[in-house]
Amino acid sequence: MSFINYASREINCKIVYYGPGLCGKTTNLQFIYEKTNPQNKGQLISLATETDRTLFFDFLPLDLGTVRGFRTRFHLYTVPGQVFYDASRKLILKGVDGVIFVADSQEARQDANLESLDNLRINLRENGFDLATVPYALQLNKRDMPTAMPYDLMFRELNVKGEPTFEAVATKGIGVFETLKAVAKQVLHELSKK
Amino acid sequence: MALMGSNLVMYEEEFDRINSILSRLWVDANAKIVFLVDKNGQQIAAKGDLEKVDATSLASLTAGNVAATDGLARLIGEKEFSILFHEGEKDNIHISIVAQRLILVVIFDERSSLGLVRLRVRKSAAELEEVLSQMASKAAQEGQAQASPFAEITDEDIDALFSE
Repeated sequence: MSFINYASREINCKIVYYGPGLCGKTTNLQFIYEKTNPQNKGQLISLATETDRTLFFDFLPLDLGTVRGFRTRFHLYTVPGQVFYDASRKLILKGVDGVIFVADSQEARQDANLESLDNLRINLRENGFDLATVPYALQLNKRDMPTAMPYDLMFRELNVKGEPTFEAVATKGIGVFETLKAVAKQVLHELSKK
Repeated sequence: MALMGSNLVMYEEEFDRINSILSRLWVDANAKIVFLVDKNGQQIAAKGDLEKVDATSLASLTAGNVAATDGLARLIGEKEFSILFHEGEKDNIHISIVAQRLILVVIFDERSSLGLVRLRVRKSAAELEEVLSQMASKAAQEGQAQASPFAEITDEDIDALFSE
């Protein structure tokens, strides 16, 4: 749910990274944080456990510059991927403008990918959204792993509506900005319809 | 502006009114910082010593805090906990929900007191609710009269955002 402030000429949008535990959602945010100019980013906040597993969310505010005289800000959130944090995941999807699903390419994680995708569909619905219409992109992460599944197979099983799909190695930054850009584009196009 | 569901759109007039309500609360409650956030974590307006804090993070964490507390309330069968209070050694945070959608945050130290803050917040919250309901009825009357500033947006505009 974007917030347009005509008085200060600002627009804020919320993008959520979703996906199973350890798929690389936080790594995506960390890379974006590292590669963004200091004046265009806020603090990266991680509410994580002592072992660096996301407990509630990570948050990164990103200032992308101006479009049509409006300062455009994206608030990037990740959800905790572990199954038992479902109540928290639901809360973070509240008011979302766009979703990035990060899938783990390792064959052993494909069932976790599918389970998480189902969970996304349900939690979106409970927040009044529909996966079929929400701005959305798919990222196949960890393409560098030896056990990575073939792209075509993953695409067939995980791509839900022909959404833009990217191969990524988030630890090296490959595919990270491409995925974000694809969703940001859809979010801004969606705003233009309102 | 519809209060629930749709996007939040703020125009100059309401923005000025909200700012003046917050300014008055800031003075009357002897607060350090007063700010208003929506439940999704977007900061709407703020007043006080903002240079010393990261307002964006404050807004997002406040919303996360309220969302988690809302979840707790539902679990035990409450509708919501309308007030949250965090007491620190020097600074305290008073959080209250306005019109089910907005979060009013007051940060104060020993120059003020919880009682004073509660009293002033109650008055300001009522005023804010009034502004919000006026915005809602105005939005209902005008309908979709105002075109989105992004109506004419092009792919080039969007690409330019990512040019760096």
